[in-house]
Amino acid sequence: MCLAIPGKIESISGDDPLSRTGKVNFGGILKEACLAYVPEAKVGDYVIVHVGFALSRVDEEEAHKVFAYLKEMEELAELKETCP
Amino acid sequence: MKYLDEYRDGERAQQFAREIHRLTTRPWNIMEVCGGQTHAIVKFGIDELLPKFITLIHGPGCPVCVTPLEMIDKALEIAARPGVIFASFGDMLRVPGSTTDLLSVKATGGDVRIVYSPLDAVKLAEQNPAREVVFFGVGFETTAPATAMAVYQAAQKELKNFSMLISHVLVPPAIEALMSSPNCKVQGFLAAGHVCTVMGYWEYPPIAAKYHVPIVVTGFEPLDILQGVLMVVQQLESGRAEVENQYTRAVRREGNQSAQEIIRKVFKVVPRKWRGVGEIPQSGLGLNDAYAAFDAEKRFGLADRHVDEPTECLSGLVLQGQIKPHECPAFGTRCTPEHPLGATMVSSEGACAAYYRYRRQPAVVEQK
Ligand code: SF4
Repeated sequence: MCLAIPGKIESISGDDPLSRTGKVNFGGILKEACLAYVPEAKVGDYVIVHVGFALSRVDEEEAHKVFAYLKEMEELAELKETCP
Repeated sequence: MKYLDEYRDGERAQQFAREIHRLTTRPWNIMEVCGGQTHAIVKFGIDELLPKFITLIHGPGCPVCVTPLEMIDKALEIAARPGVIFASFGDMLRVPGSTTDLLSVKATGGDVRIVYSPLDAVKLAEQNPAREVVFFGVGFETTAPATAMAVYQAAQKELKNFSMLISHVLVPPAIEALMSSPNCKVQGFLAAGHVCTVMGYWEYPPIAAKYHVPIVVTGFEPLDILQGVLMVVQQLESGRAEVENQYTRAVRREGNQSAQEIIRKVFKVVPRKWRGVGEIPQSGLGLNDAYAAFDAEKRFGLADRHVDEPTECLSGLVLQGQIKPHECPAFGTRCTPEHPLGATMVSSEGACAAYYRYRRQPAVVEQK
């Protein structure tokens, strides 16, 4: 029930901040979501949607950090192997 | 799908697992608070990648599971009344009440409708002015912005035939209640990422300090959970107890301000009963006085109804991490998803259901 998944905003309608809605694409499935809580979100942004409400915009830069961290870990491990 | 598939990469998962193995020197008990995380852990076998003396304890973060029997019974009674349209998230329909469930009420003529969003229930009220439309408002902080907005819009539209049966619960007081219990085995927490998209994590530092327990805000995909575990283990192994954020792509420290604003406008903090656990002070949300007219319990005269929990279901112990689901004597025998004794066997996020679905042979877990 607490499931919240990321989807891409395809279009936005309405300009009243409390009833702004967007069509959000979840891997090919389009669903309407209320955008009242993500006033900064634009078409093309990814948002985390739960029960029809976008709760947060996915930060592209932060999203890469997990992989950057893993890469760093790998390099560190290699370094340790080469200079014991 | 972007932001999902890349966080399920098996090779990268192994990489995290190896690092956790390398760092772990002692047994640690780590609780994932959220049922969505429990589900991912059991489904992807994340616990099986971890060193055998790291135990993941499944927490109380499944709103369907913790909704008290009393509330289910109230829902059943309202749903059975003529003239009522009872709208609910689909997960609540099979949760057993004292004698029946919402699905059976629907089968015997009750007008029970599954909605995707609380706003759909507001629409139903607009379309059916001659009917009473009641929405079953359950959930954690993740769901509260949606239910709060439904009440707020109903008030704006001056809808007289809309009300909400509310059983909203809050995570931080539940963590506190767990930590202050003398049987508590938890040494570190993965805090629920989606709760924190709304509330942020400014509430956690005092808890981390008071109980000297690391708390890492964590996402829901396998790589998120593994990194969250790694961050907790790093803290535990070095004696730190801090609040950290793994789920930075979606969670900011202060959370979602506009969502919090509507929550504060519509709701106030109240004591709340948790199924199997009992009442936890200041652990729920109820309607603010200004919105009291939308309270279904008052509208249908059910505010004083109290029901005791059944004794056979041990979900209270499961939800507090005292036992694993398969240690319940009823698991898989008298209690199955087809004939559930407790909500943790019904909900897609319930620990009992997750174990039933993915771990029918408890040996996999026991051998650790
Ligand atoms: S297996 Fe069934 S009876 Fe046992 S704790 Fe889980 S839901 Fe309750």
